[in-house]
Amino acid sequence: MAHQDETLQAGAPARGPATASPDAWDEARSLVEGWKGGLNIAHEALDRHVNAGHGADLAIRWLGKSGERRDLTYADLQAEANRFANVLAAHGLKPGDSVFAMAGRVPELYAAALGTLKAGLIFTPLFSAFGPEPVRTRMEIGSANVLVTTEGIYRRKIAPWAGEIDTLRLILILGDEAPEGCVALGPAMAAASPEFETVATKPEDPALIHFTSGTTGKPKGAVHVHNAVLYHAFSGRKALGLEPGVKYWCTADPGWVTGTSYGIISPLVNRAAMLIDEAEFDLERWYSTVQDEKVEIWYSAPTAIRMMMREGSEVAKPYDFSSLTFLASVGEPLNPEAVIWSAEVFGQPFHDNWWQTETGGIMIANRPGMEVKPGSMGKPLPGIEAGIVEREDGTLRELGPGKIGELALRPGWPSMMRAYLHEQARYDKCFVDGWYLSGDLAMRDADGYFWFVGRADDLIKTSGHLIGPFEVESALIEHDAVAEAGVIGVPDETAGEVVKAYVTLNPGYEPSEDLERDIRGHARKKLGPAVAPREVVFRKTLPKTRSGKIMRRLLKARELGLPEGDISTLETDET
Amino acid sequence: MTATDFRAVFLDELVRVAPDIDPDTVGDDDHIQEDLELDSMDVLNLVAALHERLGVDIPERDYPEIATPALAAAYLARHATA
Repeated sequence: MAHQDETLQAGAPARGPATASPDAWDEARSLVEGWKGGLNIAHEALDRHVNAGHGADLAIRWLGKSGERRDLTYADLQAEANRFANVLAAHGLKPGDSVFAMAGRVPELYAAALGTLKAGLIFTPLFSAFGPEPVRTRMEIGSANVLVTTEGIYRRKIAPWAGEIDTLRLILILGDEAPEGCVALGPAMAAASPEFETVATKPEDPALIHFTSGTTGKPKGAVHVHNAVLYHAFSGRKALGLEPGVKYWCTADPGWVTGTSYGIISPLVNRAAMLIDEAEFDLERWYSTVQDEKVEIWYSAPTAIRMMMREGSEVAKPYDFSSLTFLASVGEPLNPEAVIWSAEVFGQPFHDNWWQTETGGIMIANRPGMEVKPGSMGKPLPGIEAGIVEREDGTLRELGPGKIGELALRPGWPSMMRAYLHEQARYDKCFVDGWYLSGDLAMRDADGYFWFVGRADDLIKTSGHLIGPFEVESALIEHDAVAEAGVIGVPDETAGEVVKAYVTLNPGYEPSEDLERDIRGHARKKLGPAVAPREVVFRKTLPKTRSGKIMRRLLKARELGLPEGDISTLETDET
Repeated sequence: MTATDFRAVFLDELVRVAPDIDPDTVGDDDHIQEDLELDSMDVLNLVAALHERLGVDIPERDYPEIATPALAAAYLARHATA
């Protein structure tokens, strides 16, 4: 690696040691233009291309659920984003205010994201399948000023408590009509001017807040700044091969960080032609889409790839995949079988890569042109220094090849998070001894490839989403019957892990199939299907430490039939 | 079994996978993902449950044919007796 021996500098005051090499990101900087002495993500994604004469290039080809199609050029998308920025301004919103969005993959959502950034406000996407509780918690932590959503989501999940979020000043509803107290976005956009001068944000001004789960306590809002666009541009080019005009399909939902970093910003900054499919995974629809739209670069996730694999190669045979030039996968480790299968079926293997909400962009990847080691996440991108470390008396010791330890990164790349919102202590805990600690356990082999081993903490990785057990447990104990709950991830061949809950019951309740269903139903209503447990089992007691903390680690070891490890702190055992 | 029986079996397994759904409020043409908000893992679990209960194999490409109770009842009736 060219920069492995250098200490890095993003040109920004991220955490970590002082720099020896201010030029490490010169190449990244050369990929952006800058705006009025500062930097704005939406300027780089839209205005710059339109100003340079590329306004007629295709930015988005949108495929609707029921077969609708809509093409937006860079000029079209810029005009829509401008209208949205004007709607915000007309309602008195100012740079630094926060906009939350919760909707399916429709063009208005992309215009809202980019319009928010143009206007200098901070954009936070939420996954539209979240239940009301995760939404409310995140809007409270993020002091949401604006919510963009659909009428259906608003009525079902938000209306009952929207009035209690006292920071919330504007609710924009997609379409032409809106419930009382909300504003219909369709007519508001139509009335707004398509001209807007992008706000001259500074590189370190907050641009995006992505929520991620914690092991304990509330979700954390990872704050990303406009300077992150350097790395969005750079990593999209290096790890995915994005370039002007390339036909690119990122299947991730913008409700998660992949769907924003690589489903909105990186492809637009690199002037790619993005394909957006509103529908959920559907095997034959996906194969037809790759074939008919002549997708060249495809970025997807292991759960979807494994679903394709389950159906076998025969189903894929009639399709022509010859347009594909590069396939990538992220979210959880891609198993070697899936890598090999994809190479046979698509003529290209899926290239696994690794990063997190906190890193803002791809850190480690099987890059275009690199030899793929099936099952490995690849090697660090140029400019990224990664290591495998072990804690030792408050300092860290770097481990050599073949040793399992925590995956750590030298801070300083441009898209590194700048804070957890209102949580300085939790942010500080991520940095030890000049390293950012990822919380993932991994191993580096003698060739420098990294291999994922597991989580160092209790977080659950399911279908590429990181779920905090505490949030699930909190919802479970709100059920009248539930006294205590311990939540873990158990292995699943499609989703990687699925959420499983162990509960004890309050007096007067007896375990039964009906009660199990009632508890799961309660959790799904509160949390949504992606977060709620798929299985609830009853226990008389749960294993606990002397301080009363439920030992999830022990539940998991027993579930998997693994050694129980150190149980010296165990006070009450599971029965 | 009649189409009505298959509809009942389908609903029974549906609410077992997604117990937040009240079976009495489910319409014949409600889409299990768009209207009833099942996610893709739920659909896989539903398919596995139907296989267990009826011995019907439902390949991924046929998922659109079980997307509503009405479609599913017809599909199951066709395949369970085949």
